[in-house]
Amino acid sequence: MSRITTDQVKHVANLARLAITEEEAKDFKNQLDAIISFAEELNELDTDHVEPTSHVLNMKNVLREDKAIEGLPQEEVLKNAPEHRDGYVKVPSIIE
Amino acid sequence: MSLFDHKVSELHELLHKKEITSSDLVSESFKRISEVDDKVQAFLTLDEENARAAAKEIDEKLGTDNSNGMLFGMPIGLKDNLVTKGLRTTCASKILENFDPIYDATVVNKLKDAETITIGKLNMDEFAMGSSNENSGFQATRNPWNLDTVPGGSSGGSAAAVAAGEVLFSLGSDTGGSIRQPASFCGVVGLKPTYGRVSRFGLVAFASSLDQIGPITRTVEDNAYLLQAIAGIDPMDSTSANVSVPNFAEGLTGDVKGLKIAVPKEYLGEGVQEEVRQSVLDSLKVLEKLGATWEEVSLPHSKYALATYYLLSSSEASANLARFDGVRYGYRTEQPESLIELYKKTRAEGFGEEVKRRIMLGTFALSSGYYDAYYKKAQKVRTLIKKDFEDVFAKYDVIVGPTTPTPAFKLGEKLDDPLTMYANDILTIPVNLAGVPGISVPCGFTGGLPLGLQIIGKHFDESTVYRVAHAFEQATDFHKQKPEL
Repeated sequence: MSRITTDQVKHVANLARLAITEEEAKDFKNQLDAIISFAEELNELDTDHVEPTSHVLNMKNVLREDKAIEGLPQEEVLKNAPEHRDGYVKVPSIIE
Repeated sequence: MSLFDHKVSELHELLHKKEITSSDLVSESFKRISEVDDKVQAFLTLDEENARAAAKEIDEKLGTDNSNGMLFGMPIGLKDNLVTKGLRTTCASKILENFDPIYDATVVNKLKDAETITIGKLNMDEFAMGSSNENSGFQATRNPWNLDTVPGGSSGGSAAAVAAGEVLFSLGSDTGGSIRQPASFCGVVGLKPTYGRVSRFGLVAFASSLDQIGPITRTVEDNAYLLQAIAGIDPMDSTSANVSVPNFAEGLTGDVKGLKIAVPKEYLGEGVQEEVRQSVLDSLKVLEKLGATWEEVSLPHSKYALATYYLLSSSEASANLARFDGVRYGYRTEQPESLIELYKKTRAEGFGEEVKRRIMLGTFALSSGYYDAYYKKAQKVRTLIKKDFEDVFAKYDVIVGPTTPTPAFKLGEKLDDPLTMYANDILTIPVNLAGVPGISVPCGFTGGLPLGLQIIGKHFDESTVYRVAHAFEQATDFHKQKPEL
């Protein structure tokens, strides 16, 4: 039985902001299905009383002094922007 | 003979005796690159003009305090996911094809302080996702030992360039084996340091809880010197650890008497090629002769590491790669009709197939309704895998096994099936999940291809890992063999 449908693949692609073709959706469905069914071997393990590990080092809430330092110059920051105008990054209009 | 047949410490002495100059070392690099890189294809970008100018400047400084550092005047190659100010950094992705970084990674700054000279940027699997370099958006690097085989990945360019004598040493990054596996395939020394040992600031993030930058070199001693230069806490990376950095080279005593080695039975079992298994058993005999003892142990959750890794690393990647949206930097699709279309088409056109696959897997594992079943479950299994290591390290000094289940495979051989490709990293992935340090050192050959011995240590105990690797290296001569190109 399939663990994931083509519609789900399209939904996930939308969440990931990836344009996909019908053919890609089918390929991803098969590949993700194989990977996810492989990953389900983790269900063999009882982890009800196991804490999750998000990070291996025993450190939390690393703080530093709240001191202002100089940022990067605007000119430099905009250097790699595909389009910019008047010091702003330019994108297609969002509001008509 | 190449100048790079010398160790760093020997070259340092030759420089100070004025028998060679830094310009000679840089020329050696570019000469070799012009001879062999059309075959090996390790470099994506060369920085020849600046490198030669820097070498001239450095030669002027010989004799000043600056020149006392061990790496003074040495040429280095950098994996192309380390940002270098003013030097194109692509992550081997079309989406960053013309990206010109506006700051240097912390490791790059540290190398500048050490007065090394950057020769260029090295090929990799796109965004470090892959085990063969075939996922590069630009070219497939070849293994210098056999041009029909892959150099490994994702730091394939970094390992191949060192093996081919194009640079003295290089930096790579390792998320699931991406330094150790190519080091093993190319017959060089590669270390993944403890998570937190080296600042990740300026390393383009793949999976932030697993990524570490590390050195790839011809000898263990060189490796120790290079790690020395890049290690330490960094205010720009809150996950870099506030732990003192020992003198790594000083710890290379050659003495492993009384050392207790654990050999996980899972690392010599199913899927591990017989020649690989035999080379590890032979290596253990070498270490026994030097006074170490070994026993078989179990890391019982090893078989779950691969699934755990792909869920966690893909989830983290799907979040980290959200920044490549065509707005502030990188490739942008032409004439999008809306902002959403700009995002979607930019990413569809800019990312390669494997990167998309992992973004899809990660987005799925983090999506509403699946988060607990996949992502959180994998985080819990990670705890069990980490505990496996803690249990073994309560009784033993190091864990030893193969770096990879097989030697380098042929180009194209594993491209069709992602799961077969993923299985290549089965012996290196648990080390990243546990955050401990691991090294690969040359330990044999089969069919003309190098094999690697993996030595894994306790958190922040790179010194012991290096000591064992060095003692082994001194008792064998695998590292002295060079590929013919």
